Amino acid sequence: MIKFFLMVNKQGQTRLSRYYEHVELHKRTLLEAEVIKNCLSRSKDQCSFIEYKDFKLVYRQYAALFIVVGINETENEMAVYELIHNFVEVLDKYFSRVSELDIMFNLDRVHIILDEMVLNGCIVETNRSRILAPLLVLDKMAET
Amino acid sequence: MVVGFVVGGTEPLIGKSKEAEIKRINKELANIRSKFKGDKALDGYSKKKYVCKLLFIFLLGHDIDFGHMEAVNLLSSNRYTEKQIGYLFISVLVNSNSELIRLINNAIKNDLASRNPTFMGLALHCIANVGSREMAEAFAGEIPKILVAGDTMDSVKQSAALCLLRLYRTSPDLVPMGDWTSRVVHLLNDQHLGVVTAATSLITTLAQKNPEEFKTSVSLAVSRLSRIVTSASTDLQDYTYYFVPAPWLSVKLLRLLQCYPPPDPAVRGRLTECLETILNKAQEPPKSKKVQHSNAKNAVLFEAISLIIHHDSEPNLLVRACNQLGQFLQHRETNLRYLALESMCTLASSEFSHEAVKTHIETVINALKTERDVSVRQRAVDLLYAMCDRSNAQQIVAEMLNYLETADYSIREEIVLKVAILAEKYAVDYTWYVDTILNLIRIAGDYVSEEVWYRVIQIVINRDDVQGYAAKTVFEALQAPACHENLVKVGGYILGEFGNLIAGDPRSSPLIQFNLLHSKFHLCSVPTRALLLSTYIKFVNLFPEIKTTIQDVLRSDSQLKNADVELQQRAVEYLRLSTIASTDILATVLEEMPPFPERESSILAKLKKKKGPSTVTDLEEIKKERSSDMNGSAEPTPVNASNVSTPSPSADLLGLGAVPLTNSAPAPSSSGSLLVDVFSDSSVAVPLAPGSEDNFASSSDLASSEVVSEEPADAVHDADELIHKFICKNNGVLFENQLLQIGLKSEFRQNLGRMFIFYGNKTSTQFLNFTPTVICSDELQSSLNLQTKPVDPIVDGGAQVQQVVNIECISDFMDAPILNIQFRYGGTLQNLSVKLPITLNKFFQPTEMSSQDFFQRWKQLSSSKQEVQNIFKAKHPMDTEITKAKIIGFGSALLEEVDPNPANFVGAGIIHTKTIQIGCLLRLEPNLQAQMYRLTLRTSKEAVSRRLCELLSEQF
Repeated sequence: MIKFFLMVNKQGQTRLSRYYEHVELHKRTLLEAEVIKNCLSRSKDQCSFIEYKDFKLVYRQYAALFIVVGINETENEMAVYELIHNFVEVLDKYFSRVSELDIMFNLDRVHIILDEMVLNGCIVETNRSRILAPLLVLDKMAET
Repeated sequence: MVVGFVVGGTEPLIGKSKEAEIKRINKELANIRSKFKGDKALDGYSKKKYVCKLLFIFLLGHDIDFGHMEAVNLLSSNRYTEKQIGYLFISVLVNSNSELIRLINNAIKNDLASRNPTFMGLALHCIANVGSREMAEAFAGEIPKILVAGDTMDSVKQSAALCLLRLYRTSPDLVPMGDWTSRVVHLLNDQHLGVVTAATSLITTLAQKNPEEFKTSVSLAVSRLSRIVTSASTDLQDYTYYFVPAPWLSVKLLRLLQCYPPPDPAVRGRLTECLETILNKAQEPPKSKKVQHSNAKNAVLFEAISLIIHHDSEPNLLVRACNQLGQFLQHRETNLRYLALESMCTLASSEFSHEAVKTHIETVINALKTERDVSVRQRAVDLLYAMCDRSNAQQIVAEMLNYLETADYSIREEIVLKVAILAEKYAVDYTWYVDTILNLIRIAGDYVSEEVWYRVIQIVINRDDVQGYAAKTVFEALQAPACHENLVKVGGYILGEFGNLIAGDPRSSPLIQFNLLHSKFHLCSVPTRALLLSTYIKFVNLFPEIKTTIQDVLRSDSQLKNADVELQQRAVEYLRLSTIASTDILATVLEEMPPFPERESSILAKLKKKKGPSTVTDLEEIKKERSSDMNGSAEPTPVNASNVSTPSPSADLLGLGAVPLTNSAPAPSSSGSLLVDVFSDSSVAVPLAPGSEDNFASSSDLASSEVVSEEPADAVHDADELIHKFICKNNGVLFENQLLQIGLKSEFRQNLGRMFIFYGNKTSTQFLNFTPTVICSDELQSSLNLQTKPVDPIVDGGAQVQQVVNIECISDFMDAPILNIQFRYGGTLQNLSVKLPITLNKFFQPTEMSSQDFFQRWKQLSSSKQEVQNIFKAKHPMDTEITKAKIIGFGSALLEEVDPNPANFVGAGIIHTKTIQIGCLLRLEPNLQAQMYRLTLRTSKEAVSRRLCELLSEQF
């Protein structure tokens, strides 16, 4: 199961967080700080999986932004690792060359995309056009 | 395609510093609050804008205590844009206990009824993400219907599946299984892969808890997997990711299959084909140079290998998996090396692939030396530990010692424990063992825990062939100008016991030994000094020629007037003892330590505690390579139990009857425990002083509870032991270790029975995925019909759950079924198996008959095929009443005044099975002088006679 999905930049600022198990707010801040510290301290030739407390972190870095996913032992590390990339590609398709700013200013959109892909800690959709479908409906409605 | 994120950049809300940020945010919050409270009604767009801002502020870690009502208003709106942001706010910010739930539920109800798929989707997402009990109460009945209804849109089905999964996780009692279950399984056949993906998650969770009801999912999952694996990369359109067909779905299907044992032969063939295809594809040239392609392919491959390991039944696949992982071990991608090491670690415990794994030893050792990532090195250590056996132990231990010199501090202690365990387990030559442990202390003394050096002393004391060597080696090691305090402890203890064995050599004469030890004395901590004082008094006995030297040391002010009570007391008492006691008394009091009772290393217990038990026990069980000469039993001894077992601080070293020391003050626990674990079995520690009796009593209690817990652990390996405990009784504790206790209560009537199994969580932590499974061998299945109800997968700390097994005996049988229990404790999978004491004699009905009848039948059953006899030595005191009780407990009637010899016991009964009833007669003839029994069983079926005779013989 996926426990949480984070986007944090190099300065340690959380750009998106989605928890699939309830975590107290003050613990979230702490967790996010520790998680990003862990990721930042690693070099390129280290592996992308970190054992952290009783779960594993799978992370990828895109420019200055880290995407970190906390998983338990029922998930396949490699599959989650590619899920992250799939997510970024969807963002990229929607925002056409996505940047950190796109994420900050369109937080609701990013949430919708993530919710289409991961629900309740499970991967639910991986097909890019289907992930974006509800969002396109939304945009159409906003135009009218 | 490169995804370009702008580095750093603009700051919409975030100021230069933390203070500025907080200031800015507070200002913004005040602004939004005033807008919400303002007289002017906000239009949808502004509401949406402000709610969005609140979300962002929440992300930055600030609590949001308003805006909820606005969000509820938004989600009740009919405009999709507003509804969407309302739901988003609620599902991110509202936790499941919120009072708002009722209002939200109302809106959800409307949306679910709207038949607008987009609205339904939003509502379902919200339930899936918040998933409170109140929501479960309101919607648990509704959602299964939506899920299996024919006209539900695919995307709604997907959400409904995950929604149901959420409700099942939070409130399983509210999600009753029903007709929908079989239809859910058929979603695996759905033509829409998104639906299949969502359904697979749901089914996997449900199947873990109700394996029987979801059994049909196995064949469906296999055929779905087979279609994906063999499809051309264009078949699955958008679900193909970089030329890999539906990688995430494949992974999920393979996970689902890991909930079950290998399927029936028909399905199995197809599955094997799939797995082979996946392995083959790994060897083919990649269809794309993109790393995404190989990553996705490998995700599937690793999952397939997990399944192969889980089934552990196809030697061919296991070896292929091993070779594939072997290739990855040298791959340039760190991620692959890491995963390969991890996966291979489990592969090493399979008997089919253990040898194949061993061939990669050089690569793994190389990884240990050259890997730049500590987590990868850690995996390499784990793998070396897992692949270790008698053939490569020396090499692996040497490499681990090598690595220890430069190892990261974070993993040193664990490596020390592993080296200590391997060195002990695979020691053929105990001089090697002693060398290894001393090396450990030399290289990583700070990380050598008490358990490790206690253990080396236990072993040296128990094996006289190594004592001289040990004495010589510690003596040499102590020559080093700076040696670790742990070495002083081991050295002090061993020389105190066996220094005489090397005293003949003028280079290690008694005086030299003493001076050497005493040169370290002042550099050591109090507990070590206390130990050294005991060594000195032992020297007084071993080497009378240096008695005066030692007395001088004891008499010195620094000892007699030492500020530390413990040291002072030892000095005073030892000095006194050496002065007044005769040589004989000294020799008795200071005799060599008696051998320790054989028991399992507490090191193993320590490692289990560190890593969670399964890593070690699993291997232990599977490899069955336990060195019988050293590890008598497998249950770890609670280390703390021994800490209280010292009646007096000095009793331990002095051994038996240290009479002059009776007025010892109560032992400071630090110095007490130092010496005690070495022989925590209280039977050796004789109570010395009246005041110490309480201590002793408690320690013996602990010791005996230890014994209780040791028995069942043995049974994991040799479970017949356990079965015998339950032959003549139906209730009791079947198994117990540090985590889990299993109790039994059973009743039998004719060919039917019912067994209640109680699982007690002894820890304060939850057990997760708790799945007990009763397994019958194929042979047994035809003669014994067992039905179990699933138990709750979560067992809270300190809680007990109950499972009922309904038993029907179809025909006579030999073997006992096996109870396998898997659960997660602290992140590691626990796996243990015990035999369930369901034995043939449980289906006995006693039959009363006269002497005449008995002997008439006895004669009728006199052919050699019907009679089985066993003559054996009594294992228990030959008590008539107990014997009678046992025969009755066995199930037959006890016939009094039937046998002409009143000392003999005879019994009669009928074994009831569904297909056949078998009359049984038995006769037990004790011979008190010889302490022997002769047991004769006569039944109409040879196999039955033999089995009953076997079972009953063990009882006397």
